[in-house]
Parts: sequence; structure tokens; C-alpha cells
Amino acid sequence: MTQAVLDRPTGQERSFVRVQEIIQECGASESALIPILQRIQDEYRYLPEEILSYVATVLDISPATVCGVATFYAQFSLVPKGKHVVRVCDGTACHVRDNRALIESVRKRLKITGKQITSDDNMYTLEIVNCIGACALAPAVVVDEQVHGQMTGEKILKLFNQIDAKDKEAEK
Amino acid sequence: MSKEFITVDGVHVELNGEKNLLEVVRKAGIDLPTFCYHSELSVFGACRMCVCEVEGRGLQATCSTPPSNGMVIKTNTDKTMRIRRMALELLLSNHCGDCPSCSKNGNCRLQTLAQRLGVTKVRFPKPQFSHEIDDQSASLVRDSGKCILCGDCVRMCKEVQGIGVLDFVGRGWDAKISTAFGKSLADVECVLCGQCATCCPTGAITVKSEIDKAWKAIYDTKKTVVVQVAPAVRAALADHYGVQSGELAMGKLVAALRRLGFDRIYDTSFAADLTTVEEGTEFLGRLASGERLPQFTSCCPAWVKYAEQFHPSLLNNLSSCKSPQQMFSSLAKKHLPETLGVEAENMVVISIMPCTAKKFEAARPEFAENGVPDTDIVLTSQEVIRMMDEGGIQFNELAPESLDMPFGIKTGAGVIFGATGGVAEAVLRLATLGADRTSRKIEFHEVRGMEGIREAEVMVGDKNVRLAVVNGLANAKELVAKVESGESSYDIIEVMSCRGGCIGGAGQPLPNDMAARERRRKLIYECDSLQNLRNAADNPYVQEAYTKWLQSPNSHVAHELLHTAYRHRRRLSGQVIDVQESTNVDAQKVCIKVCVGTGCYTKGAYNTLHKLMARAEKKGYTDRLEIKASFCFENCGGGPSVEVDGNLHSDVTPDSVDKFLKEVVEPKLGLGKQLVNH
Repeated sequence: MTQAVLDRPTGQERSFVRVQEIIQECGASESALIPILQRIQDEYRYLPEEILSYVATVLDISPATVCGVATFYAQFSLVPKGKHVVRVCDGTACHVRDNRALIESVRKRLKITGKQITSDDNMYTLEIVNCIGACALAPAVVVDEQVHGQMTGEKILKLFNQIDAKDKEAEK
Repeated sequence: MSKEFITVDGVHVELNGEKNLLEVVRKAGIDLPTFCYHSELSVFGACRMCVCEVEGRGLQATCSTPPSNGMVIKTNTDKTMRIRRMALELLLSNHCGDCPSCSKNGNCRLQTLAQRLGVTKVRFPKPQFSHEIDDQSASLVRDSGKCILCGDCVRMCKEVQGIGVLDFVGRGWDAKISTAFGKSLADVECVLCGQCATCCPTGAITVKSEIDKAWKAIYDTKKTVVVQVAPAVRAALADHYGVQSGELAMGKLVAALRRLGFDRIYDTSFAADLTTVEEGTEFLGRLASGERLPQFTSCCPAWVKYAEQFHPSLLNNLSSCKSPQQMFSSLAKKHLPETLGVEAENMVVISIMPCTAKKFEAARPEFAENGVPDTDIVLTSQEVIRMMDEGGIQFNELAPESLDMPFGIKTGAGVIFGATGGVAEAVLRLATLGADRTSRKIEFHEVRGMEGIREAEVMVGDKNVRLAVVNGLANAKELVAKVESGESSYDIIEVMSCRGGCIGGAGQPLPNDMAARERRRKLIYECDSLQNLRNAADNPYVQEAYTKWLQSPNSHVAHELLHTAYRHRRRLSGQVIDVQESTNVDAQKVCIKVCVGTGCYTKGAYNTLHKLMARAEKKGYTDRLEIKASFCFENCGGGPSVEVDGNLHSDVTPDSVDKFLKEVVEPKLGLGKQLVNH
């Protein structure tokens, strides 16, 4: 298999078929737009423009409306995300426990600058999110749905190394 | 029932079914400022300019507060004034403020209200400004740096025009008004009616100017500049300059245009008469044969584009007549050079229109000969007013002058094209004339009015003709749905995209609200009543045009010159969904694109796609197919459409997938009979 095919999110070959299934399961009505977008994002890991147009076609609403909803909520992304999503909590508790240093160390490790949130190799996406409700563990980080508490710049680098190692193992 | 009152600044005001406090306050003679309130749109309540103190309830936005008996409100207090000024100051701090060079200068509500409310200083620092300018469409320019996020354009497009080209995207500080995925208006389903520009309080959406092109043609001494003036323009100018009648305003405009350097000045109403004759004849033909009914009018370019994009199955029902603008220009480009004794390439045809979509229409490739458009330049009423200002013309001081011949003669039927119901009435005047031309019924009040949808029944010969007249595309959408479902049935349907018809076109001077449109409507019908000739068939120059050039209505020559065809048109540019990649790198592969645009989708295109994939998998060559879902091959009439290696195939229904694979796809894969029994 070529590199290009390897890099693609798993199951993309069939994901367009999934889109139609999702729309049918949720009901093809405007009121089901948000659950439809949530589940499509689970499938594609982001919301591709042309898929949003397709949703607009099936739901018989304007593409601009779909685009408006998809850009309003922070949970939706219109740009592809990395294989692993790292969410650093920026709630009050985490903020006062110096999550800044944490964020800086992640950005440095992933070599992301400015408004960029996804590393060039498409492996990691960094998101700064509001309170995740794990204040007792501040500063908290969620990596691929798993919460890691009392994070430090050093600890998170170890975590990245572990994930990388696991990925390499899986590739073999 | 006893009367209900509220107290506005100590004055009793009777309630009379007003929807909200704002209307009551305005009725009391106090002009509360607003950005986001328009009586014809839904209430948004965003700008907070209309806040008042309501006793017992504190500060309320009056636009979104229903009035109730006994309410006591104060419109002008320390608190309300502070809030209004603060809101304005914050808006101004986030606005580029390029006023002197803005085309909305002098017509901008932000500017007016800042002045009216005495905001002379903005205390907040301005952020760095980036103007995202979209000037790719033929008609409109959007400038994000001037947008105040009132959402008027969003609601206008969605509620009045039923399209929804624009919406809010992003949130909080990043919120902005945008088309789908930030595309240009030229690349989305926008019909360029420009109604968003009529309600935009600032310069964020404006009419694309062709003034410089017009000056260039005028300044070029080699060029003969021919200009046509649309019917609705005279009404708007009369209203704008406070001139008594549309006819007088037209005479003054002719004088003004001569002074500005236009060489020959004609009336689009002449071409409207020609349209009436062609379209009326076409209608009588269809009525007799019963084919392609209901006949939809085709004068409104925004409606035509809308139908091309959203109702592919109706295109056959649209009248094949060009609009009056294009009929005029075809005729002018073909025959005027000889009449005027000028070289064809040295003649420039300019039209003065109430409409922004006319700019798009003029640029349609089918209205060009060897790449030269029939209509070279389209100026809106707004632009012609600006040109008169630039040229120092004192409109009110001018003595009226008469139009040039031969295209300056019109009948009343050609003038009423400017108002909703006018085309239908003009056709009725012609159709009821009868073979012996004895019927002299002129006024058909049943098709006049400002309601969104009007219906009437009129006897034409021995046939009872059912008409519908609709204005506003949301109303058209509703009517078309009823026609398609069979709930309603008509013989002829007039559609105008803008509320009120062309008099409310987005090229008209501001304010362009419903009150202004009502005044212009009256002016149009007055103008019609004043004409000696009111039936298009009586226009002597139209008759002469047939004798000299066109033979007879709907003749072959007339068809060549005055009729056109429509095409299916995609809504969004550049959209393809990768469904399946070809993984077999060794064998020859085939690229299949299935259209999943609305027209094809509703005809079962998804099931076609699904079955195609399932069958290919079963037959064992799925790895050699590259499958994509595409949006619109502009072949909506033949849907579901499938493209195979660049060749388009129509009517690929789920039932015909097997046949399609066998006859089209498998030969391309080099698969012969061995697969038939697979």
C-alpha cells in the first residue's frame, strides 16, 4: 500500500456510505443536524466541506446554514485533526495551576506555531478546552478520551513518547 | 371592545394590532433608531438601539416586546441614551470607518445614527482591520470590514428570498457573515437579486459599480453610446427627486443623460412591448395546444437563475423569451448600426436598470455574439444618480426632453413591467384582444397589488385562464411546490424576485423599503394611465420592427433574435466526495462520479451509488474503480447522472445499474463476456 493510503483515517473507503446511514438513523430533518454532524465527525474525525454540502442536500437546507452550525460549536472541526487529539484543560483550576507551561511544552514537542493546532505529520492535534470537570486533578489533559491528571511539562513528554512507541508497535 | 392604550413618554397611544412596542413608538412619532429591525423580516433583537424603559420591567428592546394595555414606557432617558451611544461606539470601534471613500457614504445607517445620536468620539482602540472583499460576482461586492453583524442580509435571503446564501459563521469575536465555506457569491447559489444590499445598513454589501466603464465609453469619441432606460427607473427617480410623475422624471433623465454624453436614449418599455407580443403569442400557442403549461415568465434574471438552480424540471415551462433588456440589446446590436450609420464595433449598448441581477444577465455567454456582449454595460438607478452627481447635473432644474426614435415609443403595457403583476397584465391586454381586435379591456386590477401571491381567473376567448402573480422568491418557492404537487394549477405564472417587482430592485436608490416601493408602484400605474396607447400590440414601432426585420411574432427570425434557452446550473462550486479509491495499481482503472446534487438525489442517486458499489464488489472488480460522489453536472433534467472517465450518462437509476455496469463500465475495464455469468 502506498503512503498516501496509509495516512488516511481508517475506514474512509466506507465512510461516505456511513454518512448516509447516519442521516437515516438520525432522521433527515433540520432538527437532527447537530447529532448528524457529531456522528459524521466521529466517522471522519472532522467535517469535510463536501460532506457538509451533502448533508445540506439531503436535509434540504442551505449549505450556509450547515456551515454556520458547524462553525458555531467548538466541538466541530472543519479541518482534519491528527490521529491523536490532546485536549489541555483551561478551566480556572487548571489555569491557576500553570497549564501555560504545559501548553508551551506540548507546542514545542509537536513543533506547532501560531494558529496551527495539528502537527505537520498529522499525528497530534492540540486543543485548549474549557473545564473538563477534573479540577481536583488540575492541571488536567485528555488524550484520546483518557484523562491524565496533575500533568507537568515533563510528564506529558513521557506520555507522547509512550503513544509514539505504541503506534510504532502497532505498525509492525 | 374597549380601546387599549399604552403611554409613550407621557402621551397616550392607542394600540391597533401592532406586533411590537417599536411599531407603537414609531406610530407615536418617535423614530427609535434600529439596525436589525425590518418590518418584513423576523425580529432579531441584536442591535439594542431600540431599548426603552418599560415601567415595572426595566430596559426592554422594543422590537421584541409585544405591547400590552396600560404599559408605560419612556424612550428617552439617561439610561436609554447611554446604552444607544455605547452600542454605537462599540460598533464604530469595530468598523473600518473608511467613510469618505465608501460607496455607501451619505446613505449609511451607521453613519446617520452616529451623527443623530451625537457620537463624536470613539473611546475604544480599533483592532487591526482586514477587509475580506468579495467582488467576484457580476452584481454585488461584499466587504467584511464594514459589517456590523446585524444579520439583516441573512434573514432577507432566507425569509424573503427563501435561499439562505448567507449565514453567521464562527462565534463570539470570530463571528462573521459568510457564504457556505467562505466561497465567493459567484460560486454559490446566490441569484444576485441584491435584496441583501437593500437592507444592509452599512457598506458591507453594495452594488458592483460599472460607472467607470460607462464614463470610458462616453469619453471615447469614436464610440456611439446607446442607452436604454427600464420602466421602474423613472418611478424611482421621481420618488427620489420628489418629481411629480414618472413621465416627467423620465423626461428630465433624458435631458440629464444627453448632457452627460450619452448619444441615443431609448426606452426599455419599447422592448417590453416587444416581449409582451412575443410572450403573449407564445402563451396563446401553448394555451391552444395545452403543452408546457403553466407558462412561467422569464423577464426576471434572478428568477431565471433561481429556476435553473433549484427547479430543473420547470425550465421547459419558462417562456423562451429573452428579457426586455436582452431583446432591446439584440435588436440594437443587430439593426441600430445601420439605422444610425455607425460601425457596429463602435456602438456601445448601456442599460439603466433597477436591478443588480441584470448585470449577471448581461454577462451570460448566450447573450453575446463572438464574445461581445449584447448589453455592454449595466448601470443601476443608484449608479446613474451617482453619475449625475459626478457630472454636476441639477436634476430638478432640468427641462424635460423627449426620447430618441425608433426605440423611444412605448405603450402603457411596457411601462407596467416595472411593477409586480405588470407582465401578466400586459400579456392579458394582448391575449384578450381577440382576432378582430375589438376587446378594449385595459385594466386588470385583479393582478395588481403588493401581496406576495395573487391569483386571478380571466376569460381569454372561450378559455378560462388561471393566473398567478408572485413576488419574492420565498413566495415563488411556495407556489412552485404547490404546482409541482398538483395542489394548485395555473396557465400562466408571473414571477418577480423582488418584493413589489422591479420597482423594488436592489439597484434602486435607498431607502428601498416597502413604503418606497408602494409609492413607486403608484407612479408606475399613473404613468400607464397617461399613455394613449396601452396595448403592446398597438405600438407602431413594434409593428414596424416586425414588418422591417422580424416578420411575425414567434417567427423563425424572431426566435433567432428574441428567444433563448435555459440550462441546468450547479449551486456550489468545486465539491467532490471521495467514496472509494482504486487500490489495484496494476490494472486499468475507471473513474466513476455519481451526482448527488439535489436534482439527482431526489431521483434516487444515492441508491444508484450504493447499488453500483455493491454490484461491483460482487462482480469482483471493485478494486479497479475509483468512485466519487459529485455535486451537479448541470444535467439535472437527465438525473441521476453518472460520469464515467469524463463521459456523462443520464438516467442511471438503481434499476438500470446492472445494465449500466455491463454496457458502460465493464467494456472500459476490458472485461468481456467472461463476467456476464459471474
